[in-house]
Amino acid sequence: MTTLPATPDIAARTALVRAGRIRRSRRRVLVMVVLAVAVLALLSAVIMIGNTIYPVSDVLAVIRGESVPGASFTVGTLRIPRALVGALAGLAFGAAGTTFQTMLRNPLASPDVIGISAGASAAAVVCLVVLRWSGTATMFAALIAGVATAAAIYFAARGGESTGGRLILIGIGIGAMLDSVVSYTIQRAAEWDVAVAMRWLTGSLNGSRWEDVLPLGIAVAVLLPALALLSRQLKALELGDAAATSLGVRVDHVRILLILAAVALTCFATATTGPIAFVAFLAGPIVSRLVGHGSSLTIPAALMGACLVLTSDLIGQFAFDTRFPVGVITGILGAPYLLFLLIRTSRRGGSS
Amino acid sequence: MTSVHTTVDDRRRAPATSVGARRRALSIAGLIAGVIIAILLSLAFGSRTVSMAEIIDGVTSWVQGQTPSHIGAIAVQARIPRTVLAIMAGAALALSGALMQAITRNPIADPGILGVNTGAALAVVCGIAFFGITSPYEYLWLALGGAILTSIFVYNVGSVGPGGSTPIKLALAGAATTAALGSLVSAVLLPRTAAMDTFRFWQIGGVGGADWGTMAVIAPLLVAGTLVAFICAPGLNALALGDDVAVGLGVRIGRTRLLAAVAGVVLCAAVTAVAGPIAFVGLMVPHVVRMLVGPDQRWMMPLSALGGAILLTLADTIGRLIGYPGETEAGIVTAFVGAPVLVIIARRSRMRAL
Repeated sequence: MTTLPATPDIAARTALVRAGRIRRSRRRVLVMVVLAVAVLALLSAVIMIGNTIYPVSDVLAVIRGESVPGASFTVGTLRIPRALVGALAGLAFGAAGTTFQTMLRNPLASPDVIGISAGASAAAVVCLVVLRWSGTATMFAALIAGVATAAAIYFAARGGESTGGRLILIGIGIGAMLDSVVSYTIQRAAEWDVAVAMRWLTGSLNGSRWEDVLPLGIAVAVLLPALALLSRQLKALELGDAAATSLGVRVDHVRILLILAAVALTCFATATTGPIAFVAFLAGPIVSRLVGHGSSLTIPAALMGACLVLTSDLIGQFAFDTRFPVGVITGILGAPYLLFLLIRTSRRGGSS
Repeated sequence: MTSVHTTVDDRRRAPATSVGARRRALSIAGLIAGVIIAILLSLAFGSRTVSMAEIIDGVTSWVQGQTPSHIGAIAVQARIPRTVLAIMAGAALALSGALMQAITRNPIADPGILGVNTGAALAVVCGIAFFGITSPYEYLWLALGGAILTSIFVYNVGSVGPGGSTPIKLALAGAATTAALGSLVSAVLLPRTAAMDTFRFWQIGGVGGADWGTMAVIAPLLVAGTLVAFICAPGLNALALGDDVAVGLGVRIGRTRLLAAVAGVVLCAAVTAVAGPIAFVGLMVPHVVRMLVGPDQRWMMPLSALGGAILLTLADTIGRLIGYPGETEAGIVTAFVGAPVLVIIARRSRMRAL
């Protein structure tokens, strides 16, 4: 701004704005490339590292379908699904989280804080532990429950002013109710089911199978591009409902589509891995620091989500004597940042 | 001029007071009757439903210290401790909620939502896992410490910045702290299967495991907390008018707040230590009572205690009926009743103006 000439020169200003745009979009592309490379590196790390470290040639041979003694089982059956499920869940959580945060204009309003993950986990844990349904059926039950929870929260918060804040408050209350369902079911579970059930409290990649990869992969492949396309309108929504309407955005329409897509991503991921704490919540704010304002955060946040899940999984598997599930690590890493964010947002007087 | 004013004032006040007094009397009578009915229902229903005669038989023989001969009366006797605990815990939780709402001037202050329960849980888990603690007495002190630390922390985080503690800031601080402490609980528990099995029975609040010994330990705390709450009530009335007015009325605001806060936390922490985390009782009851008798804390406090006793005793009874032949914990029932109430409160109140 200070570099502007004293006399208003339209051409110079336009050039300045354009330069700013180009700089920001270059930065965004750079961040996305770096994150994508990081995701690939982490994927290969999760696939190669373990009790036995397999060289790249062995891994490639397994992927080509050749039979390598030892590696075929360890890499092909255990590690590749684990890595893929982790990456896909991270993509889903990251994209869904940043969508909610942008839409509700509050960095604290991610689906895990406002009770949507709780809805999906409650349905999943009831289907798996009580009704003993299969993985796919559970996934759809979780999806329906998550959408129903989101709809309940949305409609309970509608009407009158200040919908955003009320929505968060109502979401926290409904989340508390659904969490009690999860705890109740776990308490009723047989002793040998407890470890399985604990997954629905924390989120874990243990026991990821090929059967889990496909539905989650399809969901991410369909919904992530949809979110990215809608995110243009999301930027307009961020200016407030009135401004968005005058910019030609059909506010209710776009908001419902965004909520549906983000909720569906959250539910598919939660049904597969359990609610991995704080990934949805952390990805957006971290990425917005890196990318800066003014452009869509959906894709970068999705990539950041995948990085977070895979890194935390590596830490959880190898950094301690006990193998901790990924959700515990993200929970412990995320908590201080959450509180920092909470204090900073409050200091500024935001988040009414 | 002045005479006109006085007549208007008198006219406005006189009928209102008599209506208020009648309403208060009715509310008190209704709530006391409610407690008695709740006690009878709690003694009567369960996996075996008993008659009025059996209840009387069971209670009289219990008072005389005898074991009754027939099964109905024995069932009644088995239900006595949990009924007593439900009354104590419900009253304490509701009082604690009323105190917290009065101190923070915030309609959603409730030990469950503010994450106090998870703080207590983390302390207990650490005790089980690292120090091999097994006795309920030690749980009690750990839970108390954890709850106090967490509530101080959450309140401070939630009231940073302009405007003090708004409902949303407090709720988010509570939810965030709950999530963070929950992960720590899992991190401590996961490598220890035995502790996990002990702990999962501690995750949902209920009064089914009532035991005279632990009740005797918390009873003095509850009595002290209740007395402090009643003593603080006039001061809290003045606080509701704003700090400046309260100082002008001669209230020592710092001391009143501190005393009331300590009483509120001790009440809920003591209950959490014995009955586990029970959410939403402290949130709901004061709101209903305020609708009945208005915002005067001197009436709010005792009536909230009665209301809380009714709510938790009924929740426990309902839990026994729903979960037949087993039982559903009272904490689940209150969560299911409480979330809709929170929705109503959130819809009624304007978020900023609180």
